[in-house]
Amino acid sequence: MSQYDVVIIGGGPGGYNAAIRAGQLGLKAAIIEMRETLGGTCLNVGCMPSKALLHASELYEAANREFEHLGIEVSPRLNLTQMMAQKDESVSALTKGVDFLMKKNKVERILGKGRLAGPGRVEVDGADGKTVTLEARNIVIATGSEPSGLPGVAVDGERIVDSTGALSLAEVPKTMIVIGAGIIGLELGSVWRRLGAEVTVIEYLDRICPGMDAEVAKTFQRILTKQGVNFRLGSKVTGAKAGKSRVELTVEPAAGGGAETLSADRVLLAIGRRPYTAGLGLETVGIVPDARGFIETDHFRTSAAGVWAVGDVIHGPMLAHKAEEDGVACIELIAGKAGHVDYNLVPSVVYTTPEVAWVGRNEEQLKAEGRAYKAGKFPFAANSRAKINHETDGFVKVLADAATDEILGVHILGPQAGELIGEYCVAMAFRAASEDIARICHPHPTRSEAGRQAAMGVEGWTMQA
Amino acid sequence: MADIMTPALGESVSEATVARWTKKPGDAVRKDEILVELETDKVSLEVAAPADGVLESISAEEGATVEPGAVLGRVKEGAAAAAAPAAKPAPAKAPAAAPAPAPAPAKAPAAAVLAPSAQRIAAEGGLDPAAIPGSGKGGRVTKADALAALEARAAAPPPAPAASAPRELHAREERIRMTRLRQTIARRLKEAQQTAAMLTTFNEVDMSAVMALRNTYKDAFEKTHGVKMGFMGFFVRACIHALKSVPEVNAEIDGQDLIYKNHYDIGVAVGTERGLVVPVVRDADALSLAGIEKAIGELGKKARDGALALDDLQGGTFTISNGGVYGSLMSTPILNAPQSGILGMHKIQERPVAVNGQVVIRPMMYLALSYDHRIVDGQGAVTFLVRVKEAIEDPQRLLLDI
Repeated sequence: MSQYDVVIIGGGPGGYNAAIRAGQLGLKAAIIEMRETLGGTCLNVGCMPSKALLHASELYEAANREFEHLGIEVSPRLNLTQMMAQKDESVSALTKGVDFLMKKNKVERILGKGRLAGPGRVEVDGADGKTVTLEARNIVIATGSEPSGLPGVAVDGERIVDSTGALSLAEVPKTMIVIGAGIIGLELGSVWRRLGAEVTVIEYLDRICPGMDAEVAKTFQRILTKQGVNFRLGSKVTGAKAGKSRVELTVEPAAGGGAETLSADRVLLAIGRRPYTAGLGLETVGIVPDARGFIETDHFRTSAAGVWAVGDVIHGPMLAHKAEEDGVACIELIAGKAGHVDYNLVPSVVYTTPEVAWVGRNEEQLKAEGRAYKAGKFPFAANSRAKINHETDGFVKVLADAATDEILGVHILGPQAGELIGEYCVAMAFRAASEDIARICHPHPTRSEAGRQAAMGVEGWTMQA
Repeated sequence: MADIMTPALGESVSEATVARWTKKPGDAVRKDEILVELETDKVSLEVAAPADGVLESISAEEGATVEPGAVLGRVKEGAAAAAAPAAKPAPAKAPAAAPAPAPAPAKAPAAAVLAPSAQRIAAEGGLDPAAIPGSGKGGRVTKADALAALEARAAAPPPAPAASAPRELHAREERIRMTRLRQTIARRLKEAQQTAAMLTTFNEVDMSAVMALRNTYKDAFEKTHGVKMGFMGFFVRACIHALKSVPEVNAEIDGQDLIYKNHYDIGVAVGTERGLVVPVVRDADALSLAGIEKAIGELGKKARDGALALDDLQGGTFTISNGGVYGSLMSTPILNAPQSGILGMHKIQERPVAVNGQVVIRPMMYLALSYDHRIVDGQGAVTFLVRVKEAIEDPQRLLLDI
């Protein structure tokens, strides 16, 4: 039986970053992962493969729709097998990279499904059928999340798929229904629409992307509609019948009313994710998850001594970079350092075209908090670089405290929003005022100028619109 | 016509107060005759007439604040000096004694880091960037901080007059304005109390051995060295001995840092007519007993003559105060900021003490060490006093450096 300073259960972004930090801080660490490859959902069946398909499909669509206008004449033909193969290559390279990082930081990699077996003990059912017991001063639960199910809609991986299945469809469906207008549904729906599917998104709420600033969400929906995505908001899916080549969905208005039947070649169920703790042995150390399955923590400490939890299994946004922050901070706390995560500064990004990115508070939250704020907005239609690139959809919105001018939230809908938001993450961490951004030289011509002009708008001196 | 100018006031002194004019306009004056006394935070000094003649005008009345180079008044050269007394012209005096403890060198404030917006607000509002408390990462000054500083200044009451509405005088009271020197002493003592976590620890020392040593050798000592053998030399040596084993007492706090000083410049408090002054014996660790006595003797004489220069008062690392010369049996001295320790010596008094189970009469002195508890631990402070006591009770230790 081996004794460790830290044993991490789960090799996703929360777990593997925790492992790296543990290695850096000289802790004897092991990481347990049931998949053959490290990287968790994010690398294997989430962020990474979806970005590979988003990038490829975006170029495909550009070749089809935009090249001619730019004076490039081509007749693109889709090779889905190759598109999937290049995606798998990239993913494979990335997971190997994580393996290398484990070696580099002297973290022991253990293949198998780990579970708690009382205080300070972790059992691993190895791939070879043997069970190993590890002793650990600290155990970090980083088991992540899995797609949520919907009663009446059984994911069969064939006609009805979850996000994992939607990343490797063998052919482009003629019609596709996406249940759930969240980030995952809209990204994967966009991929298949660009590749030729007619996509309809059904959402229970009367808006898309809960958590996104309402003004942004409304404009975003309009842009997606213009691109060809159909939306059925305020609708509830109560049943699904998968046939040989079609799926029939029973859909009712959320507010009540008569049911109707919609059918499509494929259905993607993407209504969210839930913590993954099945078979984890939480009961052996007395941890009881809350009603929604989350493990309660106080700065990553669970109710059980020596057991910590990070990432999607605890509260907070279910995002890879949030899990990464958790993992690092948790290990630093274990090592007696001052680990800390500011959840108000965890940015969110939707990798559609245009992208959507935000950090901090949105207008609805500020109104609910009764906080006096000022807003500055700048459209990409007035940004020279965006205009040259024919990427004029969207805008930047900066929200700042009415009295102190401290930036409270930034919402970007537009080209490369995910890259642009980083500047504001830094600014907000340093408690910058909108005027600070407004007074900092930005390169011309770049999209980042739109961010500066929006900041100027907070105090009414936007110059280029 | 010759201007009477305010002279240079010394390092880091930017202004002086006109304390007293010795002549009225119309009086005859002789060159080099003292006309006006000035006071600064650190020294008082006298300004002499630049030429023979008549004091024509006074442009800086008593109480006025003047800067170096400012015109104090005018002398009309060669004018009828009818009543001019044949007094011997007084030589221009060196600055008189300053009772202020050795002043701290001006500290460079940590460079303030201001956000671009805060820079604009500070520049437009005339705020001192270094004086704005920063709430951002690493103490950075955010826009909110700068706005708050602007508001705080606007809300602050107008300076001085309102704050110090003088109370009415009752019968049999008189009001005398504090001299600048006294004001400086008051401010610095209060600053020391407010800044340091000041604490005093006590011990007592049997002076028999040192007194015996002195009785045996005082004549030979004076003959050899030309200076009397006092007790101060022993105490300075004993303190340096103790400072070396408890270096925190010889250190100071500067922001978030500690500055340890590997030199031993011992301030020795000297009473003068105008108050207490603390001239500094430089590199006292390199001086012999006689050397220390000589240095103290010279500084004391300069102090009594009002001839101490600024340099004599600056940069001490530790201070010894002897209240015993006035008969004090016990006291808690106040630190000489930014120093971290001050030794209080007291009156030698014969007291019955128990030695080896017998009650004997011994010449005893109480010792007090006031120290800054932020930097000196209780253990260090007590150890320091024990080291001093051991060395005084057994002066051979000083010879052997143990």
